[in-house]
Amino acid sequence: MIRAEGLTRYYGWFAAVQDASFEIGEREIVGFLGLNGAGKSTILRILAGLLLPSSGRVTVGGIDALDAPDVMRKRIGFLPEDPPLYREMRVGEFLRWVGRIKGRDSNHVEKALPRVLETCQLETVRDRVIAELSHGYKKRVGIAQAIIHDPDVVILDEPISGLDPQQIVDMRSVVRSLKDSATVLISSHILSEVTQTCDRVLVIHEGRIVAEGSEAELGRSLDKGSRLTMTLTGERNRVEACLERSAHVDSFALSEGDSSLVVDLTLRGDFRESLVAELVTEGIGIRGLRETMSELEQIFLQLTQSTQSASRRKAGRAPTEVRA
Amino acid sequence: MKEMLLVARRDLASYLNSYWGYVVIAAVLMTDGLLFNAFALGDQPKYSTKVIEEFFYFSFGLTCIASVFMTMRAVAEEKQTGTIVLVDSSPLSASQYIGGKYIAALAMMAILILGTAYMPALVFVNGKVSYGQIFTGYFGLLLVAGAATAIGLFMSAAANSQLVAAFLTAATLGFFVISWILAKVVDPPLKDIVEYLSFYDRHFRGFGRGQIHTESVIYFVSVAFAFLTMATRLLAMRRWQ
Repeated sequence: MIRAEGLTRYYGWFAAVQDASFEIGEREIVGFLGLNGAGKSTILRILAGLLLPSSGRVTVGGIDALDAPDVMRKRIGFLPEDPPLYREMRVGEFLRWVGRIKGRDSNHVEKALPRVLETCQLETVRDRVIAELSHGYKKRVGIAQAIIHDPDVVILDEPISGLDPQQIVDMRSVVRSLKDSATVLISSHILSEVTQTCDRVLVIHEGRIVAEGSEAELGRSLDKGSRLTMTLTGERNRVEACLERSAHVDSFALSEGDSSLVVDLTLRGDFRESLVAELVTEGIGIRGLRETMSELEQIFLQLTQSTQSASRRKAGRAPTEVRA
Repeated sequence: MKEMLLVARRDLASYLNSYWGYVVIAAVLMTDGLLFNAFALGDQPKYSTKVIEEFFYFSFGLTCIASVFMTMRAVAEEKQTGTIVLVDSSPLSASQYIGGKYIAALAMMAILILGTAYMPALVFVNGKVSYGQIFTGYFGLLLVAGAATAIGLFMSAAANSQLVAAFLTAATLGFFVISWILAKVVDPPLKDIVEYLSFYDRHFRGFGRGQIHTESVIYFVSVAFAFLTMATRLLAMRRWQ
């Protein structure tokens, strides 16, 4: 559905996006994850037809953004971080107006309106003036304006910023429901949000895509099954001595449970069987062993730190990309 | 055209649903009424035609001032609040957007100008008024409003803040209004050009006296067209940036 090749965007001398290439399929929910200023919004604005890339090209459904920008804009719905709303208008009236300027006729808009109001849970505020709505409802009206013309691609820039926990839960279900009819792109720096809402994640750092894949794929590419949580029985000193002696253990943290010891450890590779053998030989009881999948937060920090260190190592050269 | 009218209808509703349009109209009508009573009618006997001419003189100035306040929000406010993204991300062209904004602002100016009609009507009470002079004067006022609104719209498209837009519009209109004074201190051939640009002295004065000069009609329409074209080009350029 979306293909970006070598996207680069400069603001003066500053490269906000550098050589970003990716493909996104139909009916996917893809998250753009990155720190503030990483280049997420710039990529989304290029995809929405609001910004020209300095180089590279974007196609949406085979349509080139440069060759036919207006045709592409008809196929895209965009919600920036601050919803663009005419505060003096009523919700229904505003959505009708947006549908019309997005190129749909009034019959189409009238048919689409009840469905969009239901999708965005806005039926109860249909006749309310937008200025009187809460922040959460304003965000939902923002999403509604992005989908009123039945776009193939919906782009949501930080859709949950500023929402309270209940509103976040509601917003999550709204975003998931969009997947039935469109490809959805979301940007966020809130890691848990991306994992709970998206099928796939593109990690962006300093304008580059440093990794892509599902959370599990990203975790596997970096961890290789080497992080474990073990529940052990035995004397604390003996356990500590055994783990320190082991050539397979890179690091560990030990805490005392009710009648056991809980150890979080990192192996130097997938040496689970060898470690278990060593512990059993020392007479240490093993009550449990669990592979610990990395939290996306850890993955993200690893990815961005590895990119930074690569940049430092190879001063003057482009940082090595880590791909899942 | 359909899209242009969509923008115009929304903008017109925005003027009418907020206090802004009413405040500008009320302030201008009140000032015009006071000036008409104090100076145009005055306390000395005058010919009706002179009263009407002075009425159009004051109305001309107030039309220019009103256009500053009527257009300052048009595009600059959309840039400030971010609603211009709706237009930028839609298939709407810059000319359709500017055209719609222009129609709405001009409609408000027309309402304002027609609101002054009670003043010449008062002259009927004790005077003898030529309908031709009144219609010609109002036609001239609409032409001035058309040109001034186009200038205001261009400045609103150029500025990122409403205040800057208002200042730039006021400065530009000020130049067009007083250029006949500037012409006195400028040598030819620049003198002829500056003199020709004068909104009032060279072009509007005749309308107030009941005369229509084709040259002046073309002049006001040309100014409006030039500034609307520039506003359209400016928006089209910034759209991708």
